[in-house]
Amino acid sequence: MKTHEKIVEAMLFICATTATLSVFLITFFIFKEGLPILSEYGFLNFIFGKNWSPTNGEYGAFPMIAGSVSVTIGALIIGVPMGLACAVFLAEIAPKSVVRVFKPAVELLAGIPSVVYGFFGLSILVPLIRTQVLPIVQKFSPDTYTSGYSILGGAIILAIMILPTIINISENAIRAVPSEYKHGSLALGASHFETISKVLIPAARSGIIASVVLGMGRAVGETMAVILITGNMPRVPGGILDSVATMTGTIAMEMGYATPTHQKALFATGIILFLFIMTLNISATAITRKLGGE
Amino acid sequence: MMNLNVNTESTPNIASKKWIAGSTKKKINIGEKLAYIGIYLAAILTICALVSIIGYVLLNGLKYIDLDFFTQEPSSMGRQGGIYSIIIGTIYLTLVAVAIATPIGVAAAIYLTEYAKETKLVKLIRFGTETLAGIPSIIFGLFGFVFFVIFWGFRWSILSGGLTLAMMILPTLVRATEESIKTVPQAYREGSFALGATKLQTIVKVVLPSSISGILTGLILGIGRAIGETAAVMLTAGSSLGVPKTLMDPARTMAVHTYILASEGLSKEKTFATATVLILLVLFINFMANMTANRYMKKTKVEA
Repeated sequence: MKTHEKIVEAMLFICATTATLSVFLITFFIFKEGLPILSEYGFLNFIFGKNWSPTNGEYGAFPMIAGSVSVTIGALIIGVPMGLACAVFLAEIAPKSVVRVFKPAVELLAGIPSVVYGFFGLSILVPLIRTQVLPIVQKFSPDTYTSGYSILGGAIILAIMILPTIINISENAIRAVPSEYKHGSLALGASHFETISKVLIPAARSGIIASVVLGMGRAVGETMAVILITGNMPRVPGGILDSVATMTGTIAMEMGYATPTHQKALFATGIILFLFIMTLNISATAITRKLGGE
Repeated sequence: MMNLNVNTESTPNIASKKWIAGSTKKKINIGEKLAYIGIYLAAILTICALVSIIGYVLLNGLKYIDLDFFTQEPSSMGRQGGIYSIIIGTIYLTLVAVAIATPIGVAAAIYLTEYAKETKLVKLIRFGTETLAGIPSIIFGLFGFVFFVIFWGFRWSILSGGLTLAMMILPTLVRATEESIKTVPQAYREGSFALGATKLQTIVKVVLPSSISGILTGLILGIGRAIGETAAVMLTAGSSLGVPKTLMDPARTMAVHTYILASEGLSKEKTFATATVLILLVLFINFMANMTANRYMKKTKVEA
């Protein structure tokens, strides 16, 4: 009886290690495929090279890194204030009946497949930017041109996609602030809004920052929505109406027909993306731990 | 410690009057009102975004859906016909992923909640599971491509795609199961032990049955993720249009089909129709997940 229980425990343990093992395997294989070209081509040449033209054997990933970064920053500029406002709304302002409707709505937002977001952006935002936004911009700088496939479109869709992450984690952080803080502030004569902005949000800042960092990770890693909206032009962008290619988009688009060397270069791009995401996720965990411990 | 009166001190010449006329309050109120309006606006915008995305797809897509759309195979690259083979592909792939991930995920959760002590190794396991959840799908796609498709020689197939998807949904399953196992009252376990049951018997006959709805929730969420996934599936299961017959056949899922139709501009009508089916499925899955989640929340509340 005892041995049989021991065996089961060992099996359960093996299952528990699967996820961690997967992470190691993923890291190992992505690096194994991508590192050779990184060392051959030069790491700095690869990440700062401005030309990505696989047919000529030029692999400069800078345009894609710039593309990913610009779309992500755009998404954060739109998504963070909105998400934080919604989190405050849910945690402090909305009556219970509204929360009961709003929360499933946010969950649903997280559940919509990214390709549907991409399709929506492609058929609504892209034409809208071309026909509505462009004429307004042209009034101020007549030389501007955009096909509609742009950083702006990608940023708006990504902002919506990262909302659930920001809203959920920030809301939990705000709710986790001890109610004594709130009551103390109110007792000192502060209004409800002053209490929110000067007591609750500062007290919940670790969770809020973590939510933003995780949202950033989601935006950098997002593929299908971005691929359909940003135009996939591997060029360093000059403005928010320019088309860009992101790291994720380039990998997904070119993997299907890539030659062996080109494929290795895509894996090298994968390494850069992987490092980006790992840094973000680990710092999110660290922030929660460090500030949460105070 | 905190400057609660920053707003009131900004304009001294009015400030003297404020005390008398009581307009201090009014001034704060205007600033606060604007902030509240901003907050309400953000909330309304969020709902609007959700409603317009779902509404746009459904309004344009529902009219193209009929029985033929589900029963006919796609023809001329998907411009005509239905999505029969694609539905089959989606179901196959999801089933394979869930069949692989569920036992492993549940077992992992049992280990983490019932057996694990807080050693370094267990901390590493938790960290690994968390990390796996944060890896973007395109990286899973790249990995699945070199590992399953090339290294193991599974080629573009349901098996490769299913294994990759299983890795992706594993953290969801572990987390949901862990959460529900934690809600099982300690008294249940003690009662079982007191009756002479071993640890394993207690887990199998007492803990697991009490946390079944949590496991179901994780399962449903995993299915949702598997159905909506595009990038990883495209790189590991291919995008062949034929009806898959064995595990080693390539397949195209609804999400991949939507992407290919949209990106290549093959047929707006079919894109809307496929996206509609996808959205309806997601709505249904979310509804189910909420139902099961609510059930175990209520149950444990009553018992606690």
